Amino acid sequence: MVDPGRVNGPADVLIENGKIVAVGPKLKAPANATVIDATGRVVMPGFIDLHVHFREPGFEYKETIQSGTAAAAAGGFTSVCCMPNTSPVNDNQSITEFILEKARTAGNANVFPIGAITKGSEGKELAEIGDLRRAGCVAISDDGLPVMNSLVMRRAMEYAIAFDVPVVDHCEDLHLSEGGCMNEGFVSTQLGLPGMPAAAEDVMVARNLALAELTGARLHLAHLSTAGSVRMVRDAKARGIKVTAEACPHHFMLTEEACCGYNTHAKMNPPLRTGTDVQAIKDGLRDGTIDVIATDHAPHATQEKQQEFAAAPNGIVGLETAWPLTLTLVEEGVLSLEEAVAKLTTEPAKAFSLKKGTLAPGADADVAITDLQEGWEVDPARFRSKSRNTPFAGWKVKGRITTTIVGGRVVYETT
Amino acid sequence: MSFKHKHLLGIAPLSAEEIMLILETADSFKEVSGREIKKVPALRGKTVVNLFFEPSTRTRTSFELAAKRLSADVINFSPSNSSVVKGETLLDTARNIEAMQADIIVLRHPAAGAAETLARGVKSSVINAGDGWHEHPTQALLDLYTLREKKRNFNGLRVAIVGDVAHSRVARSNILALTKVGADVRVVGPRTMMPCGIERLGVRLYDKLDEGLRGVDVIMMLRLQLERQGRALFPTIREYSRLYGLTSERLKLAEAGALVMHPGPINRGVEIAPDVADSFSSVILDQVTNGVAIRMGILYLLSGTN
Repeated sequence: MVDPGRVNGPADVLIENGKIVAVGPKLKAPANATVIDATGRVVMPGFIDLHVHFREPGFEYKETIQSGTAAAAAGGFTSVCCMPNTSPVNDNQSITEFILEKARTAGNANVFPIGAITKGSEGKELAEIGDLRRAGCVAISDDGLPVMNSLVMRRAMEYAIAFDVPVVDHCEDLHLSEGGCMNEGFVSTQLGLPGMPAAAEDVMVARNLALAELTGARLHLAHLSTAGSVRMVRDAKARGIKVTAEACPHHFMLTEEACCGYNTHAKMNPPLRTGTDVQAIKDGLRDGTIDVIATDHAPHATQEKQQEFAAAPNGIVGLETAWPLTLTLVEEGVLSLEEAVAKLTTEPAKAFSLKKGTLAPGADADVAITDLQEGWEVDPARFRSKSRNTPFAGWKVKGRITTTIVGGRVVYETT
Repeated sequence: MSFKHKHLLGIAPLSAEEIMLILETADSFKEVSGREIKKVPALRGKTVVNLFFEPSTRTRTSFELAAKRLSADVINFSPSNSSVVKGETLLDTARNIEAMQADIIVLRHPAAGAAETLARGVKSSVINAGDGWHEHPTQALLDLYTLREKKRNFNGLRVAIVGDVAHSRVARSNILALTKVGADVRVVGPRTMMPCGIERLGVRLYDKLDEGLRGVDVIMMLRLQLERQGRALFPTIREYSRLYGLTSERLKLAEAGALVMHPGPINRGVEIAPDVADSFSSVILDQVTNGVAIRMGILYLLSGTN
């Protein structure tokens, strides 16, 4: 068992009525208990993804809460936080309730909605953040449509303090990135594609950190992709600013070179950057500057990605590939296994104050079991997600989720 | 040597030898255009589709003429009067055209990479007639053809490319082609018009026109896209013209007998003074004539690999 900060070694887990009851060596299974023999495998708290797009309501042809949570379960994720850029935007209580109801019916994973910062994510007027919080939102964000007006962002941060919700920002200066569809660099010059400079992310990270310092609010920075961002967050943390940060597997696995050949599966926002940035992301993960690994799971239909590069939508699916990709960091010595698990469990739980991510007695019985050695080939046709948009198709990876348990119920098992 | 490519998507995939092969093939077709009956049967029975998603007179007409002089059947297809406005994707449009047994599709498209995307999805040969800011290979080839007529040797030839390199597919293709055949290339313009890492393509960067022109054998002026004014690339056409416009005074900084080229259409009095455009040094109309020969050569070479 690897339960970060608590257990790192052989142990049994006893689950009763959806809760962890006991953890320890050689526990005795009660009569009638279902026994899962995880010998040779690793038992972990179920993973938490702070950043997914489930497209419902509005874009059910890309993903539904049903299919998205099924993909989560297959990837070992038992809790997911879904971004509000649905149609309509999750900027009010009734949309939040709709999402939670759909999630209950699906029953594959815990769904924690993220509410919008501003009405319609238009960046102008604050959404009813108090209502969103009461309805069950765990954070607020205008992800994908960053709040450009710094005064609005300041007010959102100040207002959020009363509800103790983190403000999550996708850091992008929309003027600097205007028209861009990949990282601005030599590759974009070769491809003749309009670029988005790293500075478009950096200036907004700097702004947000300044506002977090000014307001004292909790700031969470989504999907860092640049060396500059990592440097600034490291400095801000050293100075005691309340900031947490996440990185996505594609930003530590791939560089802008993946766009060559106009591969739309390498098109995302923030874009894939340079080797220097990838190294900085890894360094940030290693030294704790980056707390969390999140997927930014962004499903899109095949025909949408089969367009000209500039016309194709941003993003890739990530839930079903995150774990083996994270394990490459363990293989490379960037993280220990326990640290890697922490980036997917205890750290995201802490960032969003979720009572999840641990196998301590009394906790919800959300569990992921993995075979660390099992090699497999990424085959999008086998994804539980409705969408197939991944740059990792055909990759030979190592480390497979074999069982996922949510609230004491097995929701996924390899056959 | 034979031509091994199925498509012409850009200059980047071509070797120097392949570029020279295209130029030599064009030689024989230039002669055809000088005959009384300007037609050879090389592509008889083949169908060439001009698929133009951007307005273009020069390039489309040039391809059309080239295909007709090779006796191919030519269809012109432009999106304004087609299903594209009804939301059909590029790939679906192209597959429909292909279903009509098109052998070669000539594509002009505003998105970089459109030709490559198309080539992956259809069985026909694809010729890139300009894709976004990416490449315009036939323009570069006809420029090289014209240079070869006038200057004979590319090796060490000093070429200045002046203007908005960042947003120019003509500049990208010419930089790639000229450096491959051994020319010494410099780019001149304000930094707002220079793409990131341009020096890594093997060119030198000049901020000032006078310095950039000193001692060059060839000056390629790029068209200033006037609609970019107000997008912070340059303050006014007036200032751009003063700083980067080619005048007869400035032309004297170049080597005696330097050639002036322009892919057209020209903004007279903006990037190039009218007297320079019309002067003896200018080979702008030769470029147009040679365009037909180059495109005949390419159509011929690609039809052979089908």
